[in-house]
Amino acid sequence: MPPAVVFDSVSLTRGTVRALDDVSVRMPGGQTTAVLGASGSGKSTLVQLAMGLLRPDKGSVSVLGAPVDYSDPRPLRRRIGYAIQDVALLPHLSIERNIRLPAELIGWDEARIAARLDELLDMMELPTDVLPRYPHELSGGQQQRAGISRAMMLQPELLLLDEPFSGLDAMTRQGIHERFLALREREPVAAVLVTHEPQEAVNLASYLVVMRDGRVLQDGPVADVIASPADEYVRKLCTGLAGVAA
Amino acid sequence: MNARWWFALIAVTMSVGASAQTVTIGSKNFTENYILAEIASQLLESRGYDVVRRQGLNGTKISFEALDNRAIDLYPEYSGTISEVILNRPELASYESIRTALRQDGFDVLDPIGFNNAYALAVTETFAAEHGLETISDLMQLPDLAVGVSHEFLRRSDGWPGLKAAYGLPYTASGMEHSLGYEAIATGDIDVTAAYTTDGEIERSRLRVLDDDLGYFPTYLAMFMLHADVPDDVRAIVATLSGTIDAQRMREMNLAALDPDTSIVEVASAFLVSEGLADEGISGPTFLPQLARNVQRHLKLTGIALGLAVLLGVGFALVVYRHRLVSNLFLQFTGLMQTIPSIALLALLIPLVGVGEAPAIIALFLYSLLPIARNTITAIQAIPPGYRQVAAAMAMSRTQELRYVMLPLAMPHVIAGVRTAAVICIGTATLAAFIGAGGLGDPIVTGLALNDSRLILQGAIPAAVLAVFTEIFFSGVERALVVPHMRSSQRS
Repeated sequence: MPPAVVFDSVSLTRGTVRALDDVSVRMPGGQTTAVLGASGSGKSTLVQLAMGLLRPDKGSVSVLGAPVDYSDPRPLRRRIGYAIQDVALLPHLSIERNIRLPAELIGWDEARIAARLDELLDMMELPTDVLPRYPHELSGGQQQRAGISRAMMLQPELLLLDEPFSGLDAMTRQGIHERFLALREREPVAAVLVTHEPQEAVNLASYLVVMRDGRVLQDGPVADVIASPADEYVRKLCTGLAGVAA
Repeated sequence: MNARWWFALIAVTMSVGASAQTVTIGSKNFTENYILAEIASQLLESRGYDVVRRQGLNGTKISFEALDNRAIDLYPEYSGTISEVILNRPELASYESIRTALRQDGFDVLDPIGFNNAYALAVTETFAAEHGLETISDLMQLPDLAVGVSHEFLRRSDGWPGLKAAYGLPYTASGMEHSLGYEAIATGDIDVTAAYTTDGEIERSRLRVLDDDLGYFPTYLAMFMLHADVPDDVRAIVATLSGTIDAQRMREMNLAALDPDTSIVEVASAFLVSEGLADEGISGPTFLPQLARNVQRHLKLTGIALGLAVLLGVGFALVVYRHRLVSNLFLQFTGLMQTIPSIALLALLIPLVGVGEAPAIIALFLYSLLPIARNTITAIQAIPPGYRQVAAAMAMSRTQELRYVMLPLAMPHVIAGVRTAAVICIGTATLAAFIGAGGLGDPIVTGLALNDSRLILQGAIPAAVLAVFTEIFFSGVERALVVPHMRSSQRS
């Protein structure tokens, strides 16, 4: 299985800020990789590079076994599902239209769309009565489940999640974590999860990348990082973390 | 078969018979010119011609441009105005010399109608008696007089500046609508006004025309001025009016038209019947068909202008929103258009596209661009960047991004912009009547010329009602295109 995403000596300046500084990392295929760091550490930049939304100043990015084709990144993007924290859902479309939209755009037939929609509602435990409603009428947790459903609509080979669970209360977040793990059990897609919550990273991911100020401090299987933190910053992050996901 | 059916039958027969015989007759925006144009119009109609009326053109420049562009075939003009303003050759005094000069330029005049409507200064009879005023020179004893004259008179070389110089008058004149001068002198706001010697108001307002003792004012023989291409049969018919109206007759007709219950159509018709030039009198177009025609024309002008502005304003905004510099330049251009006074913009367009509907539509289009383009560009720039990332992540094409993300999110603001533009358009379109484009401005312009507030309201009230309906219409458009929670009425 090829690695999901490979960053090779990537540097990128956004405006006057050095967002990434010589980043090299291999995110394994078929697993969930958590990119952990404080805001401004450069973790969201990694995700945008993986979609070809940004282009590195130096170094190269490979996704799903091939270098990103910047002349036309759209075929690659169709193999990727993407969900972000706030504005993910389009406010003028019903939840049903939002989830279906990626499939409508590439012309799936109605039966295929309907079948996939049922599957996703079932996996994410979304009741059908939310379908005709608009995003602002749903709770935060329901919105995020709808957002992930949309990201999964086309059965992507790679799922990119940019802090999708931030801003949810603890109970709701735990419920979504369970849905996410159940989803990965049924469809073991490679996933990259950007988060600033160490516990969330440990709960959901098997591979961990710790970022600070545009650099990778440490990366490796979650258990290895917890067992032997590379420095004091990583050690503090990992203190008191319990349980390791499969 | 009742009278209405007969009338319809005759109308159909006539329209079939009169195939290409359409004559377009213009007039300036004062009573006498309306009456003369209407007399010629009815005369031609009684001979089976179709007549298009472009009445109420705003002054000599616009009327002459209209003739030059063949937007009209003929209109009533005055010899002094032709030599001084149109030909710019004040030395041409006789009718024959004027006709020769005009023919060299591709125009023509018919023999004079029969009266001299010269400019004159007028004061009230009481004021004249009080100060013993008989001539313009007599004014010199009174160093402090308020003088109000029409805008055109204020600027013409044969108007106020020359008069002031010739008599050494010390006063500063203020400009006002010609008919308002009579009102101002009646209320005592001004002491002296410029009058036409055939104005009906001279009798009604009990004014005294001061004798031009230095012989300053040129003569203003009324005559039909026409384009050289007007066919001989039309000329021959209109020429039967030559020599039929003397100054007294003209003053009576001007006075009759001042009566709010008598329309210009009726005054003209009564004249033709009494001269034996037409068989039976016709009354003016009745209120409702007239209103319907004006509303229809008004909607046509604003509809075309607004439609073009939506296409270009929204279209251009969608093309340039990524480029801040181009967007700003575009907004500044449209903003600049907005600052040009509408009547000035209309006048500027006449040499380029003539008179009538075209310049009116272009001007309204230019006025509508700003609110539409500005709202669209602002709305698109205000869309949170996250949505565009989502669009990119879904691998949307440029068109798909526009259709599913940008346009729906910008739509409430775009509609608000179009709505504002539409209301501005409805209001501004009333000015289009000054350049012969018709619409609800027609009764307003005529009402101003005749000092008839009832006529003014016949244009102003429907225009206001139309603006209200436009608001309601666009609320409906918003309801159709925007989901409830994103409508502008839902946000604070």
